Amino acid sequence: MELFVQQVLAGLAVGGIYASLALALVMIYQATELVNFAQGEMAMFSTYIAWQLVQSGIPFWAAFFLTIIISFAGGILIERLIIRPARNAPVLAIVIIFIGLLVILNSLAGWIWTYTNQIFPSPFPDRPYLGVNIQELGAIGVTLVVLLLVFAFFRYTTLGLAMRAAAQNPTSSRLVGIRVGWMLALGWGLAAAIGAVAGIMVAPKLQLDPNIMGSVLLYAFAGALVGGISSPGGAVLGGFAVGVIENLVGTYVPVVGSQLKLAVALVLIIGVLTVRPAGIFGRSVVHRV
Amino acid sequence: MALLEVKDLCAYYGPIQALHGIDFEIEAGGITTILGANGAGKTTTLRSICGLIRRTGTLTFDGRPIDRKQTEEIVRLGVGHVPEGRGTFVTLSVEENLRLGAYTRRDRGSVGEDFERVYGYFPVLAERREQQAGTLSGGEQQMLAIARALMLRPRLLVLDEPSFGLAPMIVESIFNIMREINESENVSMLLVEQNASLALELADHAYLLETGQVVTSGPAETLRKDEVIRRSYLGY
Repeated sequence: MELFVQQVLAGLAVGGIYASLALALVMIYQATELVNFAQGEMAMFSTYIAWQLVQSGIPFWAAFFLTIIISFAGGILIERLIIRPARNAPVLAIVIIFIGLLVILNSLAGWIWTYTNQIFPSPFPDRPYLGVNIQELGAIGVTLVVLLLVFAFFRYTTLGLAMRAAAQNPTSSRLVGIRVGWMLALGWGLAAAIGAVAGIMVAPKLQLDPNIMGSVLLYAFAGALVGGISSPGGAVLGGFAVGVIENLVGTYVPVVGSQLKLAVALVLIIGVLTVRPAGIFGRSVVHRV
Repeated sequence: MALLEVKDLCAYYGPIQALHGIDFEIEAGGITTILGANGAGKTTTLRSICGLIRRTGTLTFDGRPIDRKQTEEIVRLGVGHVPEGRGTFVTLSVEENLRLGAYTRRDRGSVGEDFERVYGYFPVLAERREQQAGTLSGGEQQMLAIARALMLRPRLLVLDEPSFGLAPMIVESIFNIMREINESENVSMLLVEQNASLALELADHAYLLETGQVVTSGPAETLRKDEVIRRSYLGY
């Protein structure tokens, strides 16, 4: 039983990271109907920035918030300079841009910081409290705070409302005076900032290297699909669910163990796409032809 | 002086020219209607005023040139556009739709009063304020679209086929409210309508479009009596 509780909590800790990244994916998806394949590498790059800041002697939490701000600005910059010029391009061209961004960020990080694993500090002590690792509790706490802040922003602020409106009906949004282009850029900034938090929270556990987010993005994608890529709340729940499922299957199904965990995510992705492509909470859009 | 002055307006959908040099004016406080068959360019005219499509020509709103301005800027000058098909934010609540209508306003205090004002015109929206806008009936969504535009406190209200797809009784009540709004708030209106007799009853001035050009214009009273218009657009 204790093992079970531990595994569930560990699953929630890592699931929170998937949930954050899944939310970042959904935010871009809602506005553009495209999955940003570079989301993981953007988070990785942010994590390296945080690492660099900590290395240069800045206290952890100062580096944490500084990284969020830098990532937010970086996300906006990427949208303005790279994505926006291609806004009328065919879908495939934009997908290629995403993949290009992925490769560039990955190589750039390897070039600047090398491919050697770096130990990433955690602000939380690595010891158990009532049988549960404090680092994991801390990661759950931080992701929950971030998710709540994002929720409150979209639910209660005028800017959040305008962003939802811009994603839902761009023409009507322009007709009430919303600058839709900037809302998209803001969405990229927020997604990058959320991804940065996810990266910083996962790095102490996995150790930092340029490929750290590859599998994390896959799990996040599975989470977003399970919950429904058109539903932010669903994607968050999906992210948590994938974290827990991954851990429990890894623990209790001997064949899977820790080696085949990633296959769980792939099975989930294929399963959802076959049975219910819109996900559990997602809505499938029906077009009249 | 006219509130909106349009000279030599041409508009394009990609390489295709849809308007071929239109001239018209809207008097402050008046209701002007644009009539015409399907494809004559009525909606295109409205869309080009608001900068939703590529256009050339001279457009002057309240003495200021707007032909180089973006949609978002034109809205800020006080042009409320009720688009074709209502443009409801279907996943948002009625109240959120109205909040968005006041998005550009800086006088937060009086926005609260305006909620009560538009709920006064459309009491059914007050009953449904928490409801998701996509679940409203067609008539209610049309009321919401007008109410949303009113939240801007517009000087000019641009209405694209407010009667579209609605039952005659609902159309009548919406048109009555539009008249009331025009009289009590001194909002000018530019109305595009399929239902020409309805439009000519409400409007004081009318323009008739054919394939992207103005063919007739004059006081609504005169056009209603015009033999050709009566036969082709009023059907009696």
